[in-house]
Amino acid sequence: MPTLTLIDSKHLSLIINRLCYQLIENHDLFNNTVLLGLQPRGVLFAERIVEKLKEIKPEANIKYGKVDPTFYRDDFRRNDKTLVASPTEIPFDLEKKTVILIDDVLYTGRTIRAGIEGLMEYGRPKSIELLVLIDRRFSRELPIEPKYIGRSIDSYDNQQVKVMWRKESGEDKVLLLTDVE
Amino acid sequence: MEKKLSVKHLLGITDLTREDIELIFSQADEFKEVLSRPIKKVPSLRDITVANLFFENSTRTRLSFELAEKRLSADVVNFSASTSSVKKGETLVDTVNNILAMKVDMVVMRHSAPGSCLFLSKHIDASIVNAGDGTHEHPTQALLDAYSIRERLGTVKGKKIVIVGDITHSRVAISNIHCLKKLGAEVMVCGPTTLIPKHIESMGVKVEHNLKKALEWCDVANMLRIQLERQEVGVRYFPSLREYSMQYGLDKQLLDSLSKKIVIMHPGPINRGVEITSDVADSEQSIILDQVENGVAVRMAVIYLLAQNRRPSNLS
Repeated sequence: MPTLTLIDSKHLSLIINRLCYQLIENHDLFNNTVLLGLQPRGVLFAERIVEKLKEIKPEANIKYGKVDPTFYRDDFRRNDKTLVASPTEIPFDLEKKTVILIDDVLYTGRTIRAGIEGLMEYGRPKSIELLVLIDRRFSRELPIEPKYIGRSIDSYDNQQVKVMWRKESGEDKVLLLTDVE
Repeated sequence: MEKKLSVKHLLGITDLTREDIELIFSQADEFKEVLSRPIKKVPSLRDITVANLFFENSTRTRLSFELAEKRLSADVVNFSASTSSVKKGETLVDTVNNILAMKVDMVVMRHSAPGSCLFLSKHIDASIVNAGDGTHEHPTQALLDAYSIRERLGTVKGKKIVIVGDITHSRVAISNIHCLKKLGAEVMVCGPTTLIPKHIESMGVKVEHNLKKALEWCDVANMLRIQLERQEVGVRYFPSLREYSMQYGLDKQLLDSLSKKIVIMHPGPINRGVEITSDVADSEQSIILDQVENGVAVRMAVIYLLAQNRRPSNLS
């Protein structure tokens, strides 16, 4: 399986830094803003964003949770894979808050739709903004667009973007795999 | 590794692997969180119809299944034998096939005949969940019992659990033994000789006839009801309920005399004053109401995982 490294660890750190400054520019002390990582892989990315935000702006009031899209997915019973849920942890009220939804890879947009439906069960947010590390543009199946983007890439359907984090594999990097089933 | 149930039906704990049970528990954790939300409902099963067929009486199990199905957004039809054509002489397969003809995807069934769920699974095209078949198995009860132990004590592995009472006539006891053994617990049964099946040691459980000794040994005591309705007519298994309760009933005095604090469970319905006194059932050591609460989450997990085997009708 041919593999291409899209982003290495040094570059990834720069991207996280930039995204954090963009968030601070728009949300200042995060008094009316909450961050939600999308389970399962978006959470690993969101944790890094939160860690960096606290480092850059220690006085900010960062509220962070996790939302799981599984029960809201539209491919339930449509393939042989069993959809297994991960924890949802939203220990605050979402009513009238701005939610920043964080995922690692944006592809068809279907997972994001499910995630949005999932978080709406916790209240009616003022608005929802999407932050992704990789935007696989021109492959959307739903009208969903990110507000903050780590990097946009062009890719084919037989390719897969794999985001690896030092927490689990010892190294931060983003790979593009080709000829995936 | 892909997570998936190894079965298409939940007929009994014997068919499940330890991985299956752990997968059910991990999903039950998520459903428990769903049940704590302001909106206690997810849309996953909105295109699934479940029939609850109760050929035998039930309050708790039936309500618990019905709530679990509704919280998953499934459509639910209920059926109870007392109000149905079963009384007019229809066979089980005919009854169920007629219900399936109305486009039902899953069947939750309770029946007095052991093996009835297995029989049904071989004759109809729907996922079957056993809600108790005679004296055979009651798998969801065993799952929620083990889940409640895991919740209270952190793990089931290595814990000592004693099941007290009418073991012979109890499907809950059989399913519990299988489930707890699979999860690595030590199991003991306790009761009068007449209510403990011969050769039960071959299931890998200890047998004790002295309640006090059994309670001193265990971390958890699961107190079962005397199943008067299943006992053979004309057979006296013990001289009187009063004598049974003096020998095998758990009261506060006995509980407080133990050297450690044990957890008290009961699958319900409780006969207060027979197998357990009110002050024990309502004490802080009792997790009886937690069991009921967890029942909905565990049943949601079972139905959710089994439903994934069913393709939507437009794609099948």
